[in-house]
Amino acid sequence: MANEGSSSLPAGGMIIEPGSSKRYKTGEWRSERPEVDKEKCTNCLTCWIYCPDNSIVVENEKMVGFKYSHCKGCGICANQCPAKAITMKEEGVE
Amino acid sequence: MSEPMACNGDMAIALAWKQIDPDVVAAYPITPQTIIVEAFSDFVANGEVNTEYVCAESEHSALTICVGASAAGARVATATASAGLAFMWEMLYVSASMRVPIIMAVANRTLSGPINIHCDHSDAMGGRDSGWLQMFGENVQEAYDNTLIAFRIAEDMRVRLPIMTCIDGFIITHALERFEILDDDVAKKYVGPFQPLRPLLDIKNPTTYGPLAMPDYYYELKYQVQASMDAAVGVAREAMADFAKISGRKYDLVEGYRTEDAEYVMVAMGSTAGTMRFVVDQLRARGKKVGAVKVRLFRPFPAADMAKFLEGKKGVAVMDRAMSPGTGSPLYMDVLESVSRLKSPPRVSNYVYGLGGRDLIPEQLTTVFEEVMAGKGERVNFMGVRK
Repeated sequence: MANEGSSSLPAGGMIIEPGSSKRYKTGEWRSERPEVDKEKCTNCLTCWIYCPDNSIVVENEKMVGFKYSHCKGCGICANQCPAKAITMKEEGVE
Repeated sequence: MSEPMACNGDMAIALAWKQIDPDVVAAYPITPQTIIVEAFSDFVANGEVNTEYVCAESEHSALTICVGASAAGARVATATASAGLAFMWEMLYVSASMRVPIIMAVANRTLSGPINIHCDHSDAMGGRDSGWLQMFGENVQEAYDNTLIAFRIAEDMRVRLPIMTCIDGFIITHALERFEILDDDVAKKYVGPFQPLRPLLDIKNPTTYGPLAMPDYYYELKYQVQASMDAAVGVAREAMADFAKISGRKYDLVEGYRTEDAEYVMVAMGSTAGTMRFVVDQLRARGKKVGAVKVRLFRPFPAADMAKFLEGKKGVAVMDRAMSPGTGSPLYMDVLESVSRLKSPPRVSNYVYGLGGRDLIPEQLTTVFEEVMAGKGERVNFMGVRK
């Protein structure tokens, strides 16, 4: 939840700082999070291609996990994974 | 001061715009507003103003263009009526919440159906809760004067909200009356130069207008509109005081007429105010203690001012040129709310009248006064309807 009072916000909610959406963690919307089983993962990077955000972390051409700050849990990665290595887990449940 | 001339209300507004020379006017013609944009487009075509005139394909587009132009840093005016205003409805809320100070003339005309081109206030009442400021003028002179005052209120940095300058369709828009126009330089100086607030065209300071606001911000941004409305009460008073200095015409948010010792008061806005004062004078001549209150500023509603006028009165009749089927009409509700905290509030009755351009004659207002003085009258009365 934001803290700013009405009078401290720019008139009409205008955004006066470019690129500020970077700080808006849309990952908070997520109700299910993707998790990867690296035993099954072939690093084909299909998940990286399909992710509509930028939430698949790739290092040295290998899929190493998810950046959850902007992942909305849409599940496209899990749906597209040819190796069925990605599963969706309910948030708040261990 | 210039020579008085004969002029209709629409033309008086077009002449005010001409003196102010807004950067952008985007509009779509609709009766009884058409004279305003027709006359103004002549001023543009003749090079008498520097305005960019945009012929929109609809009222929704017209107001959308105004929003964009205002956000870009332009001084903007438009005009509409009736179904045109209804068609702008979505953008009314958008423009108020974006805090763009658009000045819009509304030639009050009823809403369909049945389809009808004549006067009532039902069109403006649709914008009542949108966050627009709303002023109502009584005659041609006030059509002009309110327009100049409106620019001052809406564009003030403490307010920054769009404003409607309402005049009764045909009764004021089309009727010729004696009218005094200020000198161009006096009018221009009164309104002052337009000050943009973070204009879109200022590429050194990039700004996003109208972004999404989720539950964590939406309420605070709507509250900004409320805070601006609160500020507008004082700003309107200042703007009217300054206007009196240049014109000699003293206006207030709500104006009382022979109310000091009155026991019964009638409240109205628009052209009916003149008829109301005429009837008050007639009844005063018969020894009746009656008075009248005219509402000039309807949004924000000057509830404290209204309460002062009505405190200690026995009965109040609120004349509404609009109805809200199933409950009381808008002006009545606001007047009731204004007196609700008084120790012994007056008995307030609502009289709906003049719908779809139905004529109002002085004898009808006399009858309303007589009913109120006799302690009769329902909460909501439908004056003159054939039941």
